[in-house]
Amino acid sequence: MTLLQLHEPGETPLPHEGDQTLAVGIDLGTTNSVVAISTSGKPEVLRDAEGRGLVPSVVAYTDEGPIVGVAAQARLVAEPDSVVSSVKRLMGRGAADVKALAGTLPYQLDAAEGGMVRLLVGGRRLTPVEISAEILKAVKDQAEQHLGREVTRAVVTVPAYFDDAARLATKDAARLAGLEVLRLVNEPTAAALAYGLDKEAEGVYAVYDLGGGTFDVSILRLEKGVFQVLATGGDASLGGDDFDHAIAEHWLADRRSELGGEPITAGEVKQTLKSARAAKEALTTREAGDFPVMLRGKTTLHRLTRETLDGLIRPWIETTIKIARQVVDDARLELSEIQGVVLVGGSTRVPQVRQAIEGLFGTKPLADIDPDEVVALGAALQAEALTSGSDTLLLDVLPLSLGLETMGGLVEKVIDRNTPIPVAKAQEFTTYQDGQGAMLIHVVQGEREDVADCRSLARFVLAGIPPMVAGAARIRVTFQVDADGLLTVSAQEKTTGVEQRVEVKPSYGLTEDEMARMLEESMIHAREDMERRLLVENRVEARRVLLALQAALAADAGLLDAGEGDRIEEARRRLEAAIEGADRDLIKAAVERLEEAARPFAERRMDRAIRAGLAGHSIEEFKGDPGGCLAPDPEEKS
Amino acid sequence: MPAAEPFCPTCKAVQPPGQGDHFVRLGLDRTYDLDPKSVEKKYFELQRRLHPDRFVTRSPKERALSQAQATSLNDAYETLMDPLARAVYLLRLSGIETGGDGKTIDDPALLMEAMEMREALAEARTPAEVDAVVGHARAEAATCRAQLSRDFSAPDLAAAKQHTLRLTYLDKLVEDARSRRLNVA
Repeated sequence: MTLLQLHEPGETPLPHEGDQTLAVGIDLGTTNSVVAISTSGKPEVLRDAEGRGLVPSVVAYTDEGPIVGVAAQARLVAEPDSVVSSVKRLMGRGAADVKALAGTLPYQLDAAEGGMVRLLVGGRRLTPVEISAEILKAVKDQAEQHLGREVTRAVVTVPAYFDDAARLATKDAARLAGLEVLRLVNEPTAAALAYGLDKEAEGVYAVYDLGGGTFDVSILRLEKGVFQVLATGGDASLGGDDFDHAIAEHWLADRRSELGGEPITAGEVKQTLKSARAAKEALTTREAGDFPVMLRGKTTLHRLTRETLDGLIRPWIETTIKIARQVVDDARLELSEIQGVVLVGGSTRVPQVRQAIEGLFGTKPLADIDPDEVVALGAALQAEALTSGSDTLLLDVLPLSLGLETMGGLVEKVIDRNTPIPVAKAQEFTTYQDGQGAMLIHVVQGEREDVADCRSLARFVLAGIPPMVAGAARIRVTFQVDADGLLTVSAQEKTTGVEQRVEVKPSYGLTEDEMARMLEESMIHAREDMERRLLVENRVEARRVLLALQAALAADAGLLDAGEGDRIEEARRRLEAAIEGADRDLIKAAVERLEEAARPFAERRMDRAIRAGLAGHSIEEFKGDPGGCLAPDPEEKS
Repeated sequence: MPAAEPFCPTCKAVQPPGQGDHFVRLGLDRTYDLDPKSVEKKYFELQRRLHPDRFVTRSPKERALSQAQATSLNDAYETLMDPLARAVYLLRLSGIETGGDGKTIDDPALLMEAMEMREALAEARTPAEVDAVVGHARAEAATCRAQLSRDFSAPDLAAAKQHTLRLTYLDKLVEDARSRRLNVA
């Protein structure tokens, strides 16, 4: 019997060589996502036409379809109910898990039923998987526009501390976005790859990865192209978002009395969080600043100093340091044996974070690769290694122990955390009642001894056990974890051979039917979706320009030269007409024309602003720059 | 049991991992006295060729076989790198089950020693006191491993079983002390 359908010796033919080797690396982040590609060991971030590498992980559901990124972010405050951000925090979560978080999350949840959590966005009920798929589609588009060819394969990164359900949700999202996931790679491991290959480092390194919503620490040994993870740990719901919330709550506490017991609106929350984030970012280089909070239409400025900020965020930083210490201990190492610390994630820009890390490891952390881009660069390197071959080897571990529920609601661990993957382990169990014909297999993940404190991954019943006295049956349960960290469980009654095999589909994951339906829909609509999304984005951008112009004219019509007003009006009418149509190129051209016509006017406005001593404003403000939170936002006036 | 070659000698395609023991799999002599460096070298060398990352563009069958191979290699590596797991495994290859899980102890002398050290650990109130208990347990574990080396080369499997049980218990104590130290820190 032949074991294999063999091709020519040692090779499997690659049908479309060019297409087969093209694979990108994607960092699907809580706050931003990044896509990169590597050629000949040189990774590069794929940027958009404006040179932006970071795509905000924000999705706006408009009447004309979803839009992603900067354009979606711009609508966050004006239309809070149809815009979703930080959805990564919900990946793989069940409805029950997030109930506890209700009120602290910037989204409305459908609390109706069990199963996978659903968000109420712009009148729709959406799973985190579908929303993440939109983000992945957007970065896929960005890569395709940059490369000028179709991209269908990717290495996607996940927090090392993501459990099985969150990993599977990420893989499902990629499938929905039309991407084949070559490998899920842990974010700290990807970062180490980018550093290791860059620096040809050898020895033991720690990777401290504090993102928008997740925290990971991994300890890796680097040796002659082998990246061996020794231990990993973290917190899947701790990140820079928590800092923003702490700042926002600090400010809102000052103004709570004005609300007179009425709840704060979603728009107000998002506006305050936006301001809090701007404050956090500003204080990475400055010692203090004044930041606006708008409540019930009234804006007040709030002073925030580095010292106050440090006090507000200290509890989270202390938690990360405690976890880091524990992971070093799990690796059976002393802190002094760690040769260097690599910083990953935008939140590591916070000075207090850097000081705390330096204090713990006694060494200045490495941050010479942009902490927002390093993970995507590492993922791109791995994508190239997987498709074109490589001498490097990533050996990763299971982040959280896997086990089974036994008598009395206790957990029997089958595979311990920090075991190298892929791994397979089996354990034998028996029946506890005479004539017991079936057995419930409950798979859990976590470190605690009580089932209630662990993550429930799946339940299934092994039926058909022949009648025997209690304790006579021998039920062998096998756990297999693949190189993506995904689990398959099978159970077999040894004396009779009754066997059942399950892919662990988390209780709150998508069912196969749901997944199939979503896939089918997305395939039918893929092309029109893309066209429509691009059109929508162009229209949105055009409308923003129009609104900004309107606001500027209302304020400073006196600055117009003779005839200038007519020229701008003419260009404005053309753009209005173009927006009504469905020709993207025409809209783009009309926007450019209008901007050209209004440029002298905008420059005069800026000159005057500078003369008036209002530093910090830019020509971008004329367009209603969504990033600068001190700038008046024309959309809020309407 | 002869070693199953990971790749077919004629067609170079990846093969199932086969039934060879952990020593055979890593191409090492069956002995307790292994040099961790040489175990590691063999492990890395084989993973470089057999890890699923090398088979991403291959057929589903080849990918499944590579996963099985890499799983077996990880099992062998984990077992042979750890002196206690290695001792348990060597005894099992000789048909002796140690059965110890560090929780129940039959040997009265070992039981007495275990109780005394547990007490010392429970009474430790500072990291330094915990470290003292750990230091003692680690020194005893080192002695145990030296004895195991002699037992297996003699060979005296009965003695090896005794020392394996003692090492099981000592390793468990060191492990418990780690969490104890995090609590008192």
